[in-house]
Amino acid sequence: MAAEKLSTRHLLGIKDINLNDIELIFETADNFKDVINRPIKKVPSLRDITIANIFFENSTRTKLSFELAEKRLSADVVNFAASSSSVSKGETLIDTVNNILAMKVDMVVMRHPYAGAGVFLSKHIKAQIVNAGDGAHEHPTQALLDAYSIRQKLGDVRGKKVVIVGDILHSRVAISNILCLQMLGAEVMVCGPTTLIPKHIASLGVKVEHDLKKALNWCDVANMLRIQLERQDIKYFPSQREYAMMYGLNKQILDNLDKEIIVMHPGPINRGVEITSDVADSKQSIILEQVENGVAVRMAVLYLLASQND
Amino acid sequence: MQKRTLLDGKKFQITIKRLCHQLIENHTDFNNTVLIGIQPRGTYFADRVHQELSEILKTTSIKKGHLDITFFRDDFRRKDGLVTASSNTINFIIEGKQVILIDDVLWTGRTIRSAMDALLAYGRPERVELMVLIDRRFSRHLPIEPNYIGQQVDCVDSQKVKVSWKEQEGEDKVVLLSEPSILK
Repeated sequence: MAAEKLSTRHLLGIKDINLNDIELIFETADNFKDVINRPIKKVPSLRDITIANIFFENSTRTKLSFELAEKRLSADVVNFAASSSSVSKGETLIDTVNNILAMKVDMVVMRHPYAGAGVFLSKHIKAQIVNAGDGAHEHPTQALLDAYSIRQKLGDVRGKKVVIVGDILHSRVAISNILCLQMLGAEVMVCGPTTLIPKHIASLGVKVEHDLKKALNWCDVANMLRIQLERQDIKYFPSQREYAMMYGLNKQILDNLDKEIIVMHPGPINRGVEITSDVADSKQSIILEQVENGVAVRMAVLYLLASQND
Repeated sequence: MQKRTLLDGKKFQITIKRLCHQLIENHTDFNNTVLIGIQPRGTYFADRVHQELSEILKTTSIKKGHLDITFFRDDFRRKDGLVTASSNTINFIIEGKQVILIDDVLWTGRTIRSAMDALLAYGRPERVELMVLIDRRFSRHLPIEPNYIGQQVDCVDSQKVKVSWKEQEGEDKVVLLSEPSILK
């Protein structure tokens, strides 16, 4: 039995939570998974809470997933997208958020292009903050749902070997995943071209491999990341085609492995680049399960944070 | 802490048997009736009643489920603790069924209100009845009364009713715990 309470008031990153917290979130997510598979997919727990989804960066999955999670917990939801707001008129982050809070918002789910935006906000405002991705720093709910999906598929995360392939340098998903999986007792390897692997990543205790086939032969689970072209201001590899040839996962590679591995992807997929269509849609892929689990895990996070009323 | 035993041994068994016979009186063969034990402690009572009914009626077809009410509580964010939920195991549709909600102790009635709310997520029951092992009389916060009662007890808020089950605690027993100071 996990602890009764989270050790933190905000979910800013995996770095700030402990193993007990993760187990509590998973146990609670199991219950919410049951809820969202019922004829009536809604519970009244957060009926007196208002949540603002503040997205300073584009998002489809995360935003929808958070919004669904909030609505299934009966919270009131306001949405805010920076592109259609006064931010473009020069308003600062604190001013924007304080204005939203003046409308009596209890919780803020924020995505921001700068690392540490969530931490900064949590120091200046009263509401609880859930980080939905800050720059190339952390994306804690994605890591939680990835680990949760592995746990669901393989029974346990402990002792499993997970390789994260692709643009590690610009990926918040990679950092959060490494921290979360290691805390749960998995072995983690990163794989990608030298230019997209941070220089000191091995200091996090992960293996580094530049040969995709070797990495896949080692692992139980492969998490394929997207090349984040929007964050790449210089050329890190000659062409997408060359990247796809070296690091793209296709059916042929998958079928030639000695064992059956699980394929994950945090989305959005660039079909034909990091993963081919036949792999993305294959039986070994749990990409859509990840999306389903995302709602349950986010419900658990919001519910557990909201229970810390003070 | 003073202890007074309300039910144990033979009397405990007789009470369960009597409740089962009362159920049979109203529901005959349980064709359209389901038993729902409320998590966490009402499930032991529901399991026992289910077992007893199956023996009396010599059938294995009586439907039974466990219902968790955590997400439907009305004291969320108003009280510490109690956020971790238990599992729901209702593998049938409630729509059009006669439902017997089963819990060990009825006190303020708030749990039962939450349970009725939680139940609706599984469909619209034809009728809902309530069975409790112990009814703490005159302490209701809501207009909720049980249809089947093991035993009624009059006690003050600071007293506690503790139900133990053979399967869990090794003994079937109900005791009333009181702080000595309040009895003076």
